[in-house]
Amino acid sequence: MTSLASGVRRIGAGTLRAISRVGFATRFFLAVLRHTPSALRRLQLTAREIYFAGVLSLVVIMVSGLFVGMVLGLQGYDVLVKYGAGDSLGIFVGLSLVRELGPVVAGLLFASRAGSAVTAEIGLMKTTEQLSAMEMMAVDPLARIVAPRFWGGVISMPLLAALFSAMGVFGAYLVGVRLIGVDNGTFWGNMQAGIDFWPDVTNGIVKSIVFGMAVSLIAVFEGYDAHPTAEGVSAATTRTVVGGSLAILALDFVLTVFMFRGLGNG
Amino acid sequence: MPVNAIEMAGVTFGYDRARPILRGIDMTVPRGKVVAIMGGSGCGKTTMLRLIGGQLRQQSGVVRVAGQSVCDLSRDELFALRRRIGMLFQFGALFTDMTVYENVAFPIREHTDLDDALIHDLVLMKLNAVGLRGAAQLEPNELSGGMARRVALARAIALDPMLVLYDEPFAGLDPISLGVVGQLIRKLNDALGITSVVVTHDVYESLKIVDYLYFVSEGRIIAQGTPEEVRHSSDPFVRQFVDGDPDGPVPFHYPARPYMDEPTVAAR
Repeated sequence: MTSLASGVRRIGAGTLRAISRVGFATRFFLAVLRHTPSALRRLQLTAREIYFAGVLSLVVIMVSGLFVGMVLGLQGYDVLVKYGAGDSLGIFVGLSLVRELGPVVAGLLFASRAGSAVTAEIGLMKTTEQLSAMEMMAVDPLARIVAPRFWGGVISMPLLAALFSAMGVFGAYLVGVRLIGVDNGTFWGNMQAGIDFWPDVTNGIVKSIVFGMAVSLIAVFEGYDAHPTAEGVSAATTRTVVGGSLAILALDFVLTVFMFRGLGNG
Repeated sequence: MPVNAIEMAGVTFGYDRARPILRGIDMTVPRGKVVAIMGGSGCGKTTMLRLIGGQLRQQSGVVRVAGQSVCDLSRDELFALRRRIGMLFQFGALFTDMTVYENVAFPIREHTDLDDALIHDLVLMKLNAVGLRGAAQLEPNELSGGMARRVALARAIALDPMLVLYDEPFAGLDPISLGVVGQLIRKLNDALGITSVVVTHDVYESLKIVDYLYFVSEGRIIAQGTPEEVRHSSDPFVRQFVDGDPDGPVPFHYPARPYMDEPTVAAR
């Protein structure tokens, strides 16, 4: 009986904790938005974060994009050619990358490369009382530290996703045209004819912006909310990567449902 | 201008109701003085500093800084007050992504629109005051503990505050660095006409440099006096603290049930 009661109590306490955390995260998000104008007025702060989140992620994003594209080229050609559609490789690769793989895989890489770094940095600043020191100097860490990192991530993410897709198309070109021997003109011509800027490319861009906001918000929040100990920062970093990745996959499904629901009828 | 830099009256505070940390603190810090708040680890000393700086809010009582009740200030007023307060954190809390120079320049850049040449002169003056002008271009991770503390001190006085709060400025320092930091606290206080509050458990160093001491235990002020009075005090707590006795009013043992009730003992 007592174990049942304590079990119920644990569930209740856990639920209350989760709800209050969601509430705190929401208020945190609104506070970040409120501090955005003052943060953006000092562009060099955000530019610095674009460098850390975006420029320093270039290598992993571009190499991954290249390899994903090459694998897509190989596997795609292998399947397509069975149906006599080897010429459609360009469309297949382009659509997969622009609609799905570009935003999603770039987002997952972004969460583990840049998101974890932001969480660890803010968490350690909290642990070493740097955030507290800033507050005591009458400087709001939300404006000085959090908002620039959030917007640095939001701005970097669509650019990284676009580069990922571009590298992927290039990788597929290397494999499909150079290695397998699909006709060069057919590859590019079909891609050009089959992919529309609206809705294919724009939807991919919208997705990558949404993922960028989700991952950046999770990263700055987890860092700011981290328990100020070594274990606390390590747990927060893990939560950023896991939570960020799950958020991307869940949001991707929801967005895809809304964006492409008309396709079946069309 | 009020006579007292800080007044605390009947201040109570606790993170939750079950465990009060401060149970009615009355304390005044006159302007221009160096005052120490002493007590064992975890007795609520640092909490007092956070109440003074407005980072925490007391449950009852009044905290006045420069005549203003801290918890009644709006956010902007609080930030305006903090601009006149410097705080030295326990391990310096230097910004690790900036050089020593940038750290000291930080509050000046944030709160003034002086040009770079003037900021440069100001920063070097502040660093010179703590003897570290030559270390301006070092990174925080290249500094020893004592040097980091001195850089943090230079940063704390960058905006010429009226009040400087020191959180354990002596913790973890070698005897030479400890003496240097102690002398700096006294000299800067007198030279710049500021008021200093030093939270510490280092009784010897404090007795050398402060004007007045408060002893805090279990959330209350249990003794106070000038260094001379403290040296000759017969108060058992003060004696235990000054002499460093392991047992006394502050017990050696954490509260526990009687030894015979421990399961392993009872089983025999």
